[in-house]
Amino acid sequence: MERTISFTLNGRPVSVKVEDGRMLLWVLRSDLGLTGTKFGCGEGLCGACTVIVNQQAVRSCSVPVAEVAGKQVMTIEGLGQSGLHAIQAAFVKHHAFQCGYCTSGMILNAYALLLKTPKPTPLQIAQHMEDNLCRCGAHTRIVDAIGEAAGASKGGAR
Amino acid sequence: MKPDCTGKGPEGLSRRELFALAGPGLFLGFSVDWLAAQEPARLPARQGYPTDLNAYLRIAPDGRVTCFSGKVELGQGAMTVLAQILAEELDVAYDQVDIVLGDTELCPYDMGTFGSMNVRYFGPALRGAGAEAKAILLQMAGEQLQAPAARLQVKGGVVTDPNTPGKSVTYGQLVQGKRIERHMEGVAVKPVAAYTVAGHSAARKDALDKVTGKAMYAGDFTFPGMLHARLVRPPAHGAKFLEADSSAAEKAGALVVREGDLIAVLHERPDLADQALGLVQARFERPAPTMDDKTVFDHLLKTAPPLKDAGASGDLAEGEKASASTVEETYLNSYVAHAPMETHSATATVENGRATVWASTQAPFSLRQQVAQALGLAPQNVRIIAPYVGGGFGGKSAGGQAVEAARLAKATGKPVQVVWNRAEEFFYDTFRPAAVVKIRSGLTSAGKIALWDYKVYGAGEREAKTYYDIPHQRTQSAGGWQGGNPPGMHLSAVGPWRAPSVNTNTFARESHMDTLAAKAGVDPLEFRLRHLSDARMRRVLEAAAKQFGWKAAKAPSGRGAGVACGFYSNACAATMAEVAVDPKTGHVQVKRVVSAVDVGLAINPDGLRQQMEGCIAMGLGYALTEEVHFKDGEVLDRNFDSYQIPRFSWMPRLETIIIDSPGMAAVGGGEPPIITMGAVVANAIYDAAGIRLRQLPMTPARVLEALKKG
Repeated sequence: MERTISFTLNGRPVSVKVEDGRMLLWVLRSDLGLTGTKFGCGEGLCGACTVIVNQQAVRSCSVPVAEVAGKQVMTIEGLGQSGLHAIQAAFVKHHAFQCGYCTSGMILNAYALLLKTPKPTPLQIAQHMEDNLCRCGAHTRIVDAIGEAAGASKGGAR
Repeated sequence: MKPDCTGKGPEGLSRRELFALAGPGLFLGFSVDWLAAQEPARLPARQGYPTDLNAYLRIAPDGRVTCFSGKVELGQGAMTVLAQILAEELDVAYDQVDIVLGDTELCPYDMGTFGSMNVRYFGPALRGAGAEAKAILLQMAGEQLQAPAARLQVKGGVVTDPNTPGKSVTYGQLVQGKRIERHMEGVAVKPVAAYTVAGHSAARKDALDKVTGKAMYAGDFTFPGMLHARLVRPPAHGAKFLEADSSAAEKAGALVVREGDLIAVLHERPDLADQALGLVQARFERPAPTMDDKTVFDHLLKTAPPLKDAGASGDLAEGEKASASTVEETYLNSYVAHAPMETHSATATVENGRATVWASTQAPFSLRQQVAQALGLAPQNVRIIAPYVGGGFGGKSAGGQAVEAARLAKATGKPVQVVWNRAEEFFYDTFRPAAVVKIRSGLTSAGKIALWDYKVYGAGEREAKTYYDIPHQRTQSAGGWQGGNPPGMHLSAVGPWRAPSVNTNTFARESHMDTLAAKAGVDPLEFRLRHLSDARMRRVLEAAAKQFGWKAAKAPSGRGAGVACGFYSNACAATMAEVAVDPKTGHVQVKRVVSAVDVGLAINPDGLRQQMEGCIAMGLGYALTEEVHFKDGEVLDRNFDSYQIPRFSWMPRLETIIIDSPGMAAVGGGEPPIITMGAVVANAIYDAAGIRLRQLPMTPARVLEALKKG
């Protein structure tokens, strides 16, 4: 059955008419045209589809769109709309990616970490990022970039 | 056999083998390319690539330079390194260069992006084109400025005459966005010693696109009326299609296309196409029982073609006589998946007899042939565009997704997108082959290796022959990753997996070297050096040892330190690792890895470090967990739950060392360290716990079993 779901997407209100039970990932990518959120595994195992819902990182391939009704959703397109966010800038500086396919999910999962833990240790970063998969092997640079974005490498918060 | 469907990298093959591979239907572009590249004098000729410099570059009126290459950005930094090379030769700023890759309409022909060949083979062609363009531009500037070209100076694309300060002309003004119609022969390229852009780390060209989500991959393109297709797949390799009832899917609003071997369900929304596919009732006849991931090794030995010689010297019988003791061991590795984060994806349009396909591919030009053939079109009416590709590692040299999308676009008259799901990605992957290596070796009473008899089944012969100084040796190989194996030998199609053959051969050789070192009672590094006269390999070993703080000791020392080294296409790598083995769980934690490489001139040192780090991380996967589980043609791994790839918690402290060899041509660095990862971990495990694991991956279960045996 189709129904209309309304939520806030990257700061703007949106309403979509969708079949019940459809996952957020496909509505974002196909109905709303935001392709920065990636499909990697379809079962919440890889993190490529990570988006932020009410300040929490979620796997959009496994979240029915009905669950985000009335909530705040942020995708990679919504981060740093006015200039690069500190995490994005640090990813650029550290070359914390190769193919880039996991990068949106990595950055948004890191964003959720820094909301909760503004000054994480490298170990906390690695633990938080554990279930986001990267096949190219940018892991150590990703940890460094997140640490820098948190101000950890400068010994103070931004 | 056509190279376009298997995408095999050619290097490591002799001319004779190439012709054997190519067969009577020799694929001209393929052979010319790399045969030419084998010649020692590589510069400044453009063998196998266009002679017209306009194929490689275009200069806009504002002075921006666009570089064109048939290479693909797989994440390994092709965009960045090629822009550096062109900026260097033209004397323009790196930031002035834009780059267009992997578009068959706009870019010069290229065999494909694999085998660490971007810098090694395309690099010289691009350098030559850049040098010629600069010489012509200086000539044109000289005419305009009324000064001899030799006197002119150029920086950032602005040409000045030191004798008349204040007068200048830019490349943009000279060319006005047009083709450069002049031609100059035999222009010398810039000497490496004069480099200011190449040889220095550069900011990646793809960074902003990738951190903002703007980077477009093949599955990100959308067109009005586009349909997403999901296809009916067999349950196992070798299964026969019997019948299918798709009426329920049609009733649910999906379009069903049945054409030859294709049964596809299409819908405007990808997830709804997927749901509709679930409504199709398809029946297949399963194949007869064949083998599984445990019996595969016996199967390989039974089904392999006859062994072929791949190098010999001395006399094995003499070697036997000279040996005070002999050792015979067998080394195994399972099938390994490429598992890129982006599954094979394609978006296709077919209109007015012309097809355009955006595809995640490492080989757009050979894909053009395949699509043209499938659609019955002339190749010039097919355009393949490889946008950003979400990881390749060899696996996107092949893949039918682009042909599927193109056929369905033709059948429906609408744009069609095909994105394989993760299970399809595992099922249709061209795995790194499962393999068996048997080594019989002998030591003299003085602890020198006198005998080395090496046989590899299934993996291929690249770098199988040892570079250690051994007087009596023979190397033989049966079957491999390139195809041409007897039917049924391998589970399914096998193919190039980052450094094809060489991971298997390095694991076996370097594990066996440690076994002999232990038998001789000699430190493993010292034992290698005693048998090694190759100066480059000695140098990377010594550099790694210095950084690692290697302390000579007979293994097992209990410290958990290991060493391994190897060649890959004229690059060499030496790696040292420290591991901890948990005796209760069998879990192996790799704590530290030091890797040194010599890849000749490093055009982009930070880019090379990224590749080295990637190799180490990816190599931990095939060392510790990655093996494809299967039974009777069915691939049991369907997602990342059972098929475990490296994660953040696995990452050791990483230290990379680049041995600077600016006197040697750049040979490419996307692959060298990965070849050492199986053996370096195996050797470190032996040093830690006194157990020798001869089968990859070294899972906790296999470690525990070895510990139990003692």
